[in-house]
Amino acid sequence: MPAGLYRALLTVAGAAIAIVLAVAISSVAIIAAGASPEAAFAALFNFGETERAVVNGITTMINRSVPLFIAGLAVAVGFRMNLFNIGVEGQYRIAAICAAFVGAQFSLPAPIQILVIIVVAAAVGGLYALIPAVMKVTRGVNEVIATIMLNYIAINLAAFLVRGPFTGERAKGQLTTSTPTLPESAWFPNLNGLFEMFGLPAPRGGGLWGFLVVAVLLGVAVWVLLERTKFGFEVKASGLNPMAALASGVKPKKMVIAAMVLSGAIAGLIGLPEILGDKHNFGSNFTPGLGFLGIAVALLGRNRPAGIAVAALLFGFLDRAQGPLQFANVPPSVIAIMQGAIVLLVVVANEITSRMALRREERRAARQLGRNTPVEVAA
Amino acid sequence: MNADAPATARPAVELEGITKRFPGVVANHDIRITVEPGTVHAIVGENGAGKSTLMKILYGMQKPDEGTIRINGTEVSFRTPSDAIAAGIGMVHQHFMLADNFTVLENVVLGAEPKKAGALDTARARARIEELSSTHGLQVDPDRLVEDLGVGDRQRVEILKVLYRGARILILDEPTAVLVPQEVDELFENLRELKAGGLTVIFISHKLDEVLSIADAITVIRRGTTVASVDPREVTARQLAELMVGSELPTPETRESTVTDTVALSVSGLTMEADGFRSLPKGTPIAEYTAGLRAEGRRLLLDDVSFDIHRGEILGIAGVEGNGQSELIEAIMGMRPVHGSVELAGADISSWSTLKRREAGIGYIPEDRHRQGLLLEASLWENRVLGHQTRKPSRSGVWIDRRAAKADTQRIIEEYDVRTPGVDTLALALSGGNQQKLIVGREMSGEPVFLIAAHPTRGVDVGAQAAIWDHLRAARAAGLAVLLISADLDELIGLSDTLHVIYRGRLVARLDPSDVTPERLGGYMTGAISGSTAEPAGEEA
Repeated sequence: MPAGLYRALLTVAGAAIAIVLAVAISSVAIIAAGASPEAAFAALFNFGETERAVVNGITTMINRSVPLFIAGLAVAVGFRMNLFNIGVEGQYRIAAICAAFVGAQFSLPAPIQILVIIVVAAAVGGLYALIPAVMKVTRGVNEVIATIMLNYIAINLAAFLVRGPFTGERAKGQLTTSTPTLPESAWFPNLNGLFEMFGLPAPRGGGLWGFLVVAVLLGVAVWVLLERTKFGFEVKASGLNPMAALASGVKPKKMVIAAMVLSGAIAGLIGLPEILGDKHNFGSNFTPGLGFLGIAVALLGRNRPAGIAVAALLFGFLDRAQGPLQFANVPPSVIAIMQGAIVLLVVVANEITSRMALRREERRAARQLGRNTPVEVAA
Repeated sequence: MNADAPATARPAVELEGITKRFPGVVANHDIRITVEPGTVHAIVGENGAGKSTLMKILYGMQKPDEGTIRINGTEVSFRTPSDAIAAGIGMVHQHFMLADNFTVLENVVLGAEPKKAGALDTARARARIEELSSTHGLQVDPDRLVEDLGVGDRQRVEILKVLYRGARILILDEPTAVLVPQEVDELFENLRELKAGGLTVIFISHKLDEVLSIADAITVIRRGTTVASVDPREVTARQLAELMVGSELPTPETRESTVTDTVALSVSGLTMEADGFRSLPKGTPIAEYTAGLRAEGRRLLLDDVSFDIHRGEILGIAGVEGNGQSELIEAIMGMRPVHGSVELAGADISSWSTLKRREAGIGYIPEDRHRQGLLLEASLWENRVLGHQTRKPSRSGVWIDRRAAKADTQRIIEEYDVRTPGVDTLALALSGGNQQKLIVGREMSGEPVFLIAAHPTRGVDVGAQAAIWDHLRAARAAGLAVLLISADLDELIGLSDTLHVIYRGRLVARLDPSDVTPERLGGYMTGAISGSTAEPAGEEA
C-alpha cells in the first residue's frame, strides 16, 4: 500500500474512533444533565418529518458550516507556519463591519459590487493581521498575546462603530442597531435552485447561501497555494524547520508577514456569507465566536482544506441540532461538550496515528537498509 | 570491596546477550562485555556501530529487548537513568550538559543539592567537592563560572558531577572528541587517578591510539555486535582498526593537486562582535574599526578573518568547536550580519541575501543536518527542493515542479547510493548516513561553484564516509572550491589542500597539510603554540 494512502486511512480510522469516544463522553454529560442519551442522539439525526423541514435542516447546517470552513482555512494558514493567529475573531469582525459599511455607500452592477465588498473585507482583515505580524518581526512580540489583545480592540471597536459612525437608519420597531442596508446589487444570490432541481421545496429565510461557491473556490485556491506553489513550500519549510528554511534562503520575516496577512485576509471573509446572503448589514446581533471556533475546526481538519471542510460540516451538523435538542428536553450545551470532546480526542488520535504511520515508514526504510548485508565477522 | 572477597572480584559490569531493535538504525545484537572492577575498559567501534545505543541501555535511557545486565554480580533492570545512578553508574556525555552561567559548585550539585533549612548548604557542598577533587586529582576552582572554563576543565566538572552523585562506574562517551592532544593527556592522567581510587571507567572511543594508551581491556563493536575482546598489550592499532571496520580502511587522502589560479571565493576582514551587530561608522575602514573593538577589550566571534579559495581547492579550517566556525559559515551564507566583505567569483556578495547567494552557486552541507539541513517530517523529494525552491528543476514559475523534483531526487538516490524505499519516504525514516548522502547530493546539484562542507561525515557509517569523501574529491577535481570545517583531524589533513587554524575567531596559522602532525595542529587549536602565520605563506601554483 502506498505510504500516502496508508496515512489517509489511518487518519480516517483515528477520527472515527475519536468521534465514537466523544459520543460516549457526551452521553455521560447528557445523563448527568438528567436527560436520555438516546433521545439526544435521535434529535441529532432527526432532520424533521416533512421535506421542507429536512431542507431547512440541511440549509441551516451548511449555512453554519460555510463561515466555519473559511475560519478554519484562515487559522490553518498560520498554523502551517507555527503561527498562532488567535486574532481571526477580531479580524473577521472588523472586516465585516467595514465591508458592510463600504458596500452600502454606492451601487454598482452586482458582480462588481460584490467583488468590491469581498476585496474590502479581505483588505481590512489582512491589514488588521499586519499589526501583530509587524510587531513580531520588528520587536519579537509573541503573536498569540498580540492577537488576543487586538481581538478585544476589534470587538469593541466594531461595537462602537455600529452604534456610532457606521450606524444606519433604524427601521420602526427594530431593536438592534446596524450599518445601512446593502443595495440589492450586493445581495449574493442563493442556491435554492439546487433543492428545486431535485424537486424539493425551497428552504425558508435567506435560503442556502450562495457564498458557499466562493468558499469552495477559496478552499481549492488555498490548497493549490499551500501544496503546489513555491510560496506554499516556503510556508511548509518554515513551519517544519525554521532553521533549515533560513539556511535555504527563505526569509523568515517576510514569511511571517505574508502568512499572517494571508490568514487575516481569509479571516476577513468569514462574515460575508451572512452579510451578503442573509442580513444585508452588520448589526449588533451579528454572529460572534466564529474565529475561535475556526481554531477548533482547523485542528480537527489537520490544517488541510479537505479536512477542514469535513470538520466544518461536522460542526455545522452538531450546531444545527440545537433546536431539536431543546424539543427533546436535552440542554443544547451538550453540543458544545461534544465539540470540545471531539476536538481533543481527534488531536490525540492524530498524534497516535501519525506515529504509527511514521513507524511503518521507518520499518520500510529499514528493510531497504537490510538488503545491505553486513560483512561477515572474522574476529 | 568486602574483606572476604575472593581473589578474582566479581565483574563491575557484565552484559550478556544484549539485543536492541530499532527501525532503521543500527541496533545492538547479542552484545557480550565483561568489565573488571578498577580498570579502564575501552569500547571501540566506528560511528554508527551501536556504541551509543549500548551506553544508553547501560545508563537506563533505553531498555534492551533481550539480554541481562549485572552490576557487581547483581542482575539489574534500569527503567530510568535514576535507577542507573542509584546503582552507582555515572555518565559523562560527549556534549557537556552544564549551565554556563552557574559556578562550578552550583553545576556539580545541581539536582542533588545538600540543603540546610531549605537553602543550599554551600559549605557542605564545597567540602564534598574539594574532597572529591583532591582525592581524584580533578583540580577545578569551585567558584569559577563555567562559561569562563576551557573545554578540559568543563570535562572535569562533568566528571565531578558524576562522582558527586556517588558513581563508582563511570561511562565516558567519546570524551576526547572535543579535546586537543594536550588536554587528552590531562584527561588520561585523571582517569588513571580514578582507576587508582578503585573506580571503574568505561571509555568509548574510535580513536585507536588513545584507546591503546589508556585501556586495560578493549572490546570492539562492529555493526551492533561485539566482535572481539582484546588485550591492548597484544594488539596493534592496525589490527584494532581492521577489527573495527571489518574491511579495508578508507583514507581521505586527496591525490594530486587540482588547485587553479582562479579565485572562487574570497573573504576579507570578516569581523563579528559577540554582542550584536552594529553598523560601521561612516568612513571608518574595517581594520581600524576592528582594532578599536579589540582595544576596548570586546569579545569578537570573528576577528579579521581573510582567505581565498581557488577553483579546485579544498581549504580546511581546524579548530576546537566554538571558536568561530559556525559564525564564519553564517557570515558566508548571509545568515548573520558581519563586517568585512565576501566575494564570489569576483562579485561582491556582501550585501546579498542567503537566497541570492545560494542561487549564485553556494552549496552548504550544514554541521547539524537535523537542525539546518532537513525537513524531517517531509518527503525526500521535498527535501531535494529545500534550498533549490527558486531554481530549476524544482521550480517552474510560481509552481513547484513536483515531477521534475521527484525525478531529480531519484537521480540523487541512484548517484549517491541513498538507501530508501522511494522518493516519497519521509526524511526521518532514513539512517544518518543516508540522510547525509541525500544532503551531499542536493548541495552538489545545480552546479555549485563553491561548497561549504561542515563536518560532512559526522555521525555516518564508514561506507557513507568513504562515499562522501569520494564525492568531495570528484567535485574538487571538477573545479569546485570547498571550505571544509571538521573536527576530524584526519579528515582535515587528508582532504585539504590548504589548512587554516581558527582560534577565538582568528585564523592563527596557515599550515601545509602534507607535513603537519595532529599534535602540532592541536597546539595551534588550543593556543598553546601562538604564532601568526608560523609557516611561510605557502606558494600556490
